[in-house]
Amino acid sequence: MLKKSKNRFGNLGYIFKVMFARKVVIFGSIIIGVFFLIAVAAPWLAPYDPLEQNLRATLQPPSRIHLLGTDELGRDTLSRLIYGARISLLVAIVVVIIAGGSGTIMGLIAGYFGGLTNTIIMRITDALMALPPIVLMLAISAVIGGGLKSILFSVGIVLAPTYCRLMCGQILTLKQSDFIIAANVLGANDVRIIIRHLLPNAFPPLIVLLTINLGTAIMFEATLSFLGIGIKPPTPSWGSMVMEGYRFLVKNPLISFAPGIAISLLVLGFNLVGDGLRDALDPRLRGTI
Amino acid sequence: MYNMNNYGGDLFTYITRRLIHTIFVIFIISFISFSLLHFIPGDPALTMLGPDATNEQIEALRKELWLDRPLHVQYAHWLTKVIQGDFGKSITYYENVTSVILRSLPISLYLGIIALGFSAIFGISMGIICAIRRATFLDNLISTFSNLGIAIPIFWLGLLGIYLFGYKLGWLPIQGFIWPSEGFGQSFLYSIMPIVCLGLPSLAILARQTRSSMLEVIQQDYIRTAKAKGLREHTIILRHALKNALIPIVTLIGVLARILIGGSVLVETVFNIPGLGKLLVNAAINKDFIIVQAGVLIISAITCFVNLVVDISYGWIDPRTRYE
Amino acid sequence: MKPILEVKNLKVHFNTINGVVRAVDGISYYINEQEIVGLVGESGCGKSVSQLSILQLIQVPPGEIVDGEIFFEGMDLLKLKPYSDEMRSIRGGKISMIFQDVMTSLNPLLTIGQQLIEMLELHLRLNREKAKKRAIELLELVGIPDAKIRIDDYPHQFSGGMRQRVMIAMALSCNPKLVIADEPTTAVDVTTQAQLLEIMKDMVTRFKSSLVIVTHNLGIVARYTHRIYVMYAGKIVESGTSDEIFYLPRHPYTIALLGSVPRLDESHPRRLSPIWGLPPNLMDEIPGCAFRHRCLYAAQCENKSLPELKEVSPGHYVRCHLDIIKKDHEPFFRQQDIRS
Repeated sequence: MLKKSKNRFGNLGYIFKVMFARKVVIFGSIIIGVFFLIAVAAPWLAPYDPLEQNLRATLQPPSRIHLLGTDELGRDTLSRLIYGARISLLVAIVVVIIAGGSGTIMGLIAGYFGGLTNTIIMRITDALMALPPIVLMLAISAVIGGGLKSILFSVGIVLAPTYCRLMCGQILTLKQSDFIIAANVLGANDVRIIIRHLLPNAFPPLIVLLTINLGTAIMFEATLSFLGIGIKPPTPSWGSMVMEGYRFLVKNPLISFAPGIAISLLVLGFNLVGDGLRDALDPRLRGTI
Repeated sequence: MYNMNNYGGDLFTYITRRLIHTIFVIFIISFISFSLLHFIPGDPALTMLGPDATNEQIEALRKELWLDRPLHVQYAHWLTKVIQGDFGKSITYYENVTSVILRSLPISLYLGIIALGFSAIFGISMGIICAIRRATFLDNLISTFSNLGIAIPIFWLGLLGIYLFGYKLGWLPIQGFIWPSEGFGQSFLYSIMPIVCLGLPSLAILARQTRSSMLEVIQQDYIRTAKAKGLREHTIILRHALKNALIPIVTLIGVLARILIGGSVLVETVFNIPGLGKLLVNAAINKDFIIVQAGVLIISAITCFVNLVVDISYGWIDPRTRYE
Repeated sequence: MKPILEVKNLKVHFNTINGVVRAVDGISYYINEQEIVGLVGESGCGKSVSQLSILQLIQVPPGEIVDGEIFFEGMDLLKLKPYSDEMRSIRGGKISMIFQDVMTSLNPLLTIGQQLIEMLELHLRLNREKAKKRAIELLELVGIPDAKIRIDDYPHQFSGGMRQRVMIAMALSCNPKLVIADEPTTAVDVTTQAQLLEIMKDMVTRFKSSLVIVTHNLGIVARYTHRIYVMYAGKIVESGTSDEIFYLPRHPYTIALLGSVPRLDESHPRRLSPIWGLPPNLMDEIPGCAFRHRCLYAAQCENKSLPELKEVSPGHYVRCHLDIIKKDHEPFFRQQDIRS
């Protein structure tokens, strides 16, 4: 458990110490850090314009001028990979913020008002969580039509219910706390109590969920792009790169392999850090998220 | 939703309650899936038939789908037909959706169930080994492997397999599917890669959960009592510890069902297997909403059913939930 | 009488992130045949740890049995590997344990019959039928009604007191020579406590076993034991027959302990007198007497070194520099208590 400390941020040092005591967490953070840097520095890092075609040098194997070779339109795979990092991370962050935000708000509403509101919201949450995520995303993408909007919406809808349930549960637990049993307290709009007691309790699982969902969002975006209903070519998304490389697997497998390795590493990084965060904040949560 | 409820003294009441709850959820899902049609910007019929359709075709489709009636009437109409087993006619396949589904569903179920078995057997065993040999090289190895198993995109893994085993080594066919009844050996070769790709994330998740469950159970007092009784190590692990550790793992099966179904979409696409997943993807791309609606409904029903079974089986596994 | 168990200079340490905890710091004691011995002390004084070490049930990292010998049936138990066949045959078969936490010490997913029978099959090599019969007999002996039916019930279907009776039955099922009861009554209510102790005494007499009762409850110890060891901060500070310890305590800690117990038989009522202060932190190396900071007679004690165990009367050992006899249980300092 957290050591008591005079100011709220004193605990932070302790948490970090416990977290980074494990080598895997350090490894995961390094991965995330590296990819972030790559994404931010993309324009300076990438040797070529990712959209620039060169029809005289298609499907080239790795060489000194094209470190990872080129694809079927002569575009440099490495540059596309670097810009892909930018896109994947950007999309993931935006999606998680949207999903986390809306899910949390819904959960808070459901928990606070209780009764019919609660039942309706939670039943819808149950229904959304009952569907396999990919199926739900497919269905929504079919309606909206693919592209960035589609990704934001469908991945968002898939991720939001978890937050809803989490926050609703937190409020319900709070409601049952001994010091609130006195009637009318919560109903009397004592928002201050909620903020003061809800946040410290809800913070650990929330932040763990956010971290792991970043990885999940990247995976989902890649999946949708791979299936052709996410980010469409020529924009260099890792998922669509894998799809494009499918046809040329024999001639130049690197087009598909490179982005796949990137996806795996980044998702792994988020998972490791998320795990480390969870174990450091409250080992009792292990296995529940 | 799927937490442990006690039986309230009566198995029958409990099952009935869970059944009603499940049906309720399926209703909501069916409504969501039905109303997908109506969230499309623009005219549904036009979107489905494509820009080349003639006005007569569009009108015919609208009449057929009752698109000019109010929403709840449409829904009631659709629902009645669904209950009778009629999902309508597919736009892209020119045949009854029901027969299309009946062709593809068994393939997906077959692959999915075998993948589940595969991942359960290997996943749980690896988890137990990790827990017993905690912090050793083996534990770290398997733990790393399971972390990777969740991070690697399934579709990419499939491509990797196709390239390595199909193209480079030539051992395995790179796409398609054959039923065992049509040739057991051949069927096996066609199915290995899809099943492994499908089962890998589930295997990883099971291994992780088994490991942490076992570690928690091993700390319990009753394990200390078992040791104090002089029992053999493998008796303690398998008879005393595993049984208790299995409880949270069984909960996972509900989650795994969702993962496997989602994975089947990808695996069938990569390996070109004519299952329900591939059907759904094609339908989504081609805007064949009749199939999409039907597919979503059926998949949700399967998932809910699995969760229901898991819920009910708690009482069988954990005697504490059997009584009031 | 030759002792069946002899512990010599047992030392058990726990290596934690914050330092080494000297839970057991060199204790020696013995148990004779068919004897009931009490091991008394506050929470955290190392008494449970010492008993767990006998059966090697300590978690080896972070725990470590640093020194000592435990002689049982001619063997040094500490030289056996924890999972060797010899150690396993001793556990449950020759030395068994009853644990404190009655709600969590039985496996919730196995019937009590299964948990009893597996022991009988293992140590006594009975077949399933005979084992079941004996299990039913044992349950009847500890007073579980309808044993034939209840043998197929699960632990959560029994009350706390009943579960502890099941544990007692399990502990004695294979005719062990020694039963160690680690705070067997702490988790149950007072009436049940009395019943359980009677059952335990009855069973060990019937099976001709010896019994060690580890507890912080002096009431139990006074009534049921033949001899008592008093532990403080990982060491034994006083030992002797129950009568001597109870009526003629010689160590300031024992005196204070006895003085802090509310009694019904006193001539005039007085306020409760707890022992002020806290037990020492077992991570610090304590030079000299560990009880000094709470000792009523500390002002009179000038010797700062660690006191050794001295035999102050036949069979009665005390670890103290001063020679104190207290003939009553008034927990006040009296100059005349100190002799010489």
